Amino acid sequence: MSNHRKVANNTSQLELEKQFKQGLKTGVGKKIPHESAARHVSGDALYVDDRLEYPNQLHLYARLSKQAHATISTIDTAPCYKIPGVSCVITAKDIPGNLDIGAVFPGDPLLADGVVEYLGQPILAVAAASLDIARKAADAAVIEYTPLTAVLDVKQALDSKQFVQDSHQHKRGDANKALNDATHRLQGELHIGGQEHFYLETQVSSVMPTEDGGMLVHCSTQNPTEIQKLVASVLDLPMNKVIIDMRRMGGGFGGKETQAAGPACMAAVVANITGQPVKMRLPRIDDMLATGKRHPFYIKYDVGFDETGRLQGIDMQLAGNCGYSPDLSGSIIDRAMFHSDNAYYLGNALITGHRCKTNLASNTAFRGFGGPQGMVAIENVMDHIARYLRKDPLKIRKRNFYGKTERNITHYHQTVEDNFLEEMTSDLEQSASYSERRKAIILFNQSSQILKKGIALTPVKFGISFTATFLNQAGALIHIYTDGSIHLNHGGTEMGQGLNTKVAQIVAEEFQVDLERIQISATNTDKVPNTSPTAASSGADLNGKAAQAAARTLKQRLTSFAAEHFDVDISEVKFNNNLIQAGEQFISFNELVQLAYFAQVSLSSTGFYKTPKIFYDRDKASGHPFYYFAYGAACSEVVIDTLTGEYKVLRTDILHDVGASLNPAIDIGQVEGGFIQGMGWLTTEELIWNEQGKLTTNSPASYKIPAIADTPLDFRVKLIENRKNPEDTVFHSKAVGEPPFMLGISVWSAIKDAVSSLSNYRIHPQIDAPATPEKVLMGVEALRKQMATEQSP
Amino acid sequence: MIRFLLNNTLQSVSNIDPNTTVLNYLRNTLRSTEKRTGTKEGCASGDCGACTVVLAEVKNDQLTYQSINSCLTLLPALNGKQLITVEDLKQGDQLHPVQQAMVDHHGSQCGFCTPGFVMSLFSYQKNYNHRLLHENSTLKSHTDKKNTVQQFNPAKALEALAGNLCRCTGYQPIINVAKEISKNQQLDQFDLQQQHTVTTLKSIQPGQCDTIKYSIPSTNKKGAVKNSYSPTQLSQLERLLQQHPKAHLLAGGTDLVLDITQKQISFDTLIYLGEIEELRCINLSENTIEIGATTPLSQCHAVLCDEYPDLGQLLERFASLQIRNQGTLGGNIANASPIGDAPPALIAAGASLQLRHAGAVRSMPLEAFFIDYRKTHLVAGEYIEKIIIPRKPAGSIYQIYKLSKRLDDDISAVCGAFHIQLKDGKVTEASIAFGGMAAIPKRASYCEQALLHQPWNKASIETAMSALDQDFTPLSDFRASAKYRSLAARNLLLKCWIETQPNSLPTRVTDYV
Repeated sequence: MSNHRKVANNTSQLELEKQFKQGLKTGVGKKIPHESAARHVSGDALYVDDRLEYPNQLHLYARLSKQAHATISTIDTAPCYKIPGVSCVITAKDIPGNLDIGAVFPGDPLLADGVVEYLGQPILAVAAASLDIARKAADAAVIEYTPLTAVLDVKQALDSKQFVQDSHQHKRGDANKALNDATHRLQGELHIGGQEHFYLETQVSSVMPTEDGGMLVHCSTQNPTEIQKLVASVLDLPMNKVIIDMRRMGGGFGGKETQAAGPACMAAVVANITGQPVKMRLPRIDDMLATGKRHPFYIKYDVGFDETGRLQGIDMQLAGNCGYSPDLSGSIIDRAMFHSDNAYYLGNALITGHRCKTNLASNTAFRGFGGPQGMVAIENVMDHIARYLRKDPLKIRKRNFYGKTERNITHYHQTVEDNFLEEMTSDLEQSASYSERRKAIILFNQSSQILKKGIALTPVKFGISFTATFLNQAGALIHIYTDGSIHLNHGGTEMGQGLNTKVAQIVAEEFQVDLERIQISATNTDKVPNTSPTAASSGADLNGKAAQAAARTLKQRLTSFAAEHFDVDISEVKFNNNLIQAGEQFISFNELVQLAYFAQVSLSSTGFYKTPKIFYDRDKASGHPFYYFAYGAACSEVVIDTLTGEYKVLRTDILHDVGASLNPAIDIGQVEGGFIQGMGWLTTEELIWNEQGKLTTNSPASYKIPAIADTPLDFRVKLIENRKNPEDTVFHSKAVGEPPFMLGISVWSAIKDAVSSLSNYRIHPQIDAPATPEKVLMGVEALRKQMATEQSP
Repeated sequence: MIRFLLNNTLQSVSNIDPNTTVLNYLRNTLRSTEKRTGTKEGCASGDCGACTVVLAEVKNDQLTYQSINSCLTLLPALNGKQLITVEDLKQGDQLHPVQQAMVDHHGSQCGFCTPGFVMSLFSYQKNYNHRLLHENSTLKSHTDKKNTVQQFNPAKALEALAGNLCRCTGYQPIINVAKEISKNQQLDQFDLQQQHTVTTLKSIQPGQCDTIKYSIPSTNKKGAVKNSYSPTQLSQLERLLQQHPKAHLLAGGTDLVLDITQKQISFDTLIYLGEIEELRCINLSENTIEIGATTPLSQCHAVLCDEYPDLGQLLERFASLQIRNQGTLGGNIANASPIGDAPPALIAAGASLQLRHAGAVRSMPLEAFFIDYRKTHLVAGEYIEKIIIPRKPAGSIYQIYKLSKRLDDDISAVCGAFHIQLKDGKVTEASIAFGGMAAIPKRASYCEQALLHQPWNKASIETAMSALDQDFTPLSDFRASAKYRSLAARNLLLKCWIETQPNSLPTRVTDYV
């Protein structure tokens, strides 16, 4: 038994005891850098396109529809084959299995089958020795169309009731009666733009046929299990023949939840036909034309309120522009409805969500998943009421906050618990000196002719959980090897959000070992099966819990073994700082693992987790769809140019709730990044389609995400401290992926505040989102005209 | 043959498609064991910065470092220089201070943009340190000013990073990195090897008589060969143009290369102009500033900024630093885009062009150079030799406004340039030019006429604002609607006037830094 080390002698026992009493340096709650940080900065981190290519690798390029809605009268692929280096061309008829790759509902053909429903839809794909050749060959194919009527406008779709799914309603009380009885009543409408994900790494998959007739797929996806299912489905294979490997994405943001499937499935079909490895990486413009975006929304509201601005009734219609197919639109429009209250008790409410069908790419998940649009809608209502009553918008917001014991039930009948909107807002109001700055701004605006400043403080309350209840499950797998090193795998995917780092910290904390000991490898469908997408901010909540469960199973086995081995009670076995105390004895984690191995203890375990408490009865539009809420608030100050519409964010203060943070550095990164992305959505990021249905803002030359100088000149971000999640989440943390996105609304409201100053805050300017300089200037003009009309007799 | 240092290894490249970008060379052309996939393709159009690499070149026996977009750079631009990619910064397991700072400040999330940021930061650090040393030496007699020089200048950092997009972090940690590395002045391996690198680079500079040529057999024409030439003298250039009348001239390439990466055009013959010193010089005389056509925009900045401060400001918002390090003033003009930033500014300044064709030279005012959308008076084989800008008349009003959706690294929706001279409160000369308002960069003649001989007051401005409607009938596109363009153009004239009135408050959002 040479490997069976003896327990250390007494002197080192004292040292071990000392070490035992010191805390772990790298566990939960510590500011640990991203697990790949050193590889990111050195260029060593490999993305799918960076992987060493196979010698007979084929490159795949898709020819996209040039029409928004048409039947395809001719497809002639013969010219493609005249180009040297072309291996094969596929169209819809070459798909051996199921053509439809719709994620939840059908409606997304892998390649257009007789009809195209949006400009940018893949019609055929060419595989060739290089991407350049494949591109040239794809352009050589002859495609003829017979045009059909295309619906591009969401209002037109709404009026003609063209929907991808049925409308849905949330109801409480009698909104109509409340509106009629209300002291004051306002109506309005609002257009909210969509948003391109602009993950820096475009969609990419690399597929290798395996000897058993299956496929090994390296894919940049948030949803490996779904890619597995769809690759199997298009090839008519059982899922056990397909393996998805996903090490990291160069950004996802929801854009790789369903829409990574196209390239993966096309590449798999060609790999199946040719027997060769196939890679498909979309050039940026193709990615922007072919894949869906955040849903643009058209909002109509009718709101009644009392003298103090408190809501009495609201009738709000939210019409989401879903594009040509359902994709995830059902849940997205649901979430918009669930968040049309944001932080406010709506009173008697009738909230209707429409899923409008248009001839655009199928709009899809994007950070917030409809929630941001619902929240922008109600924040706009708050601003509107404030101007009407000539009160500070913050006052109106606070007046409408959910109560703690009353006025605390949402319009879908879930009770709002752990509500600290008021405290949080008042903290931020003070730390950001809101009222002093409000006064200073009024003074500035009185003396400044061209430039005007605006300020806004807006809250966030965001529901955490997949609203499709079954998705709230996760799995994990942990192996401990005989040298004490730990291998960790879970069903979540790493897209930059630091999920792997957090889950590793959780496992390190459970075992009380240093983080360096834990290796997380690529998310892989043959390690953890049947996973949910990494979405809905749930990554750490679900996978962290699953990994914790696996770790606890193993820890329990090790504990029982140690108790037996050292002949002590189980309660006398403790893990701390890489050591195990068993009664009076201290031994290292490594030694315990070795002893356990020789004693034939299993050192591998899976873990599983499902979220408790949640349900939603769709027929009654009532339930408890969210396990808990995450809160936040932001205060932004802007300056606008009333002659050009240009603007700049001068200062932003943020206070955000992540419960007990698993990793404050990573959480701050999510808050800052989310805020900037939300700000971009509502300011410079404008999607424009021409009359033919072509997206004309289809590259970073024309579609402008925030650049470094667009960040607030003074940016102060804080996490709320000493406030655990009262629910039994992993180490009482809260989800952080999506909620901070909506802090960006403060910038949009501040811009409107600055414009409104021109009317001495009497008029609510109609400024749709995104508030580009053009929209701001036009808002200024409209407001000036309205004032002129009011003054003329 | 193109010769350059790939970090410390001499590369001699021939027999390669002249349409190959540096990005594709690094990721695909290099043999599999040498491939450098750290440099990423985010857009292949110079808009995201993920492909940023750094070029070091010898100037006055010192190395200067410049960040460039490898996706928009063709191999001739590497000749005689050192190409540094993200893989070259780490030494063994030791991260470069810039990389370490990115780790320490949590500057990466998904990591895809990170190599580009690291290279922009690396170049920023090198230039920042250089500037500090320079400024410290010039300020020796003013030791009291030393402290202000040492301070971190966020505007400079933001300028260096404006061409790098990050979708994850919100940039805050990266700004903190810039701050930290500005403090860090320890020497790195590039400084320590500087002398050796300088010597090696000097040894591979082309001789005065050399024309570098590299080529590959064409894949789409029978037997025809694709060539790239890099003449070093004007006389060679003229000979080449006679031999290859259909050749495309390649200066910075920041627009031409888009034809390759976005339109899949493959050029048969390219003539790279960057080796011709005569085209890359700046001459300041009593009456004029003469700028060689292929002078990169970043090198024009200092002289133009001194003379026309607003032009300097415009240049800081002109695309990104990576683009300005490659893109040339002549290219921005020859390209004849209606939304190029330099033409309206230079037209208002009264600039003219010197054109050259087979040894013959002619001049024309810049405003007369443009015929129609992307059409100029250049005849086949003719090229811009230099841009001649009059010195600014004392006391003249010269103001430029660039309107775009995003403040940095965006293309103008409207660019208005105003050059006004007053005597006794009346307008004696008015040169007003706009970009984005017509098919070409164009003067606003009606507007100018409305102002001439009138008092410089609000009434005259209002008349002149209305006159703009006679000058322009702009189009609607994704950058802006016709309505916005017309309204904004009028407002810019008003803004120009307001800015000449006594007022202590800021008038531009860009005043807030």
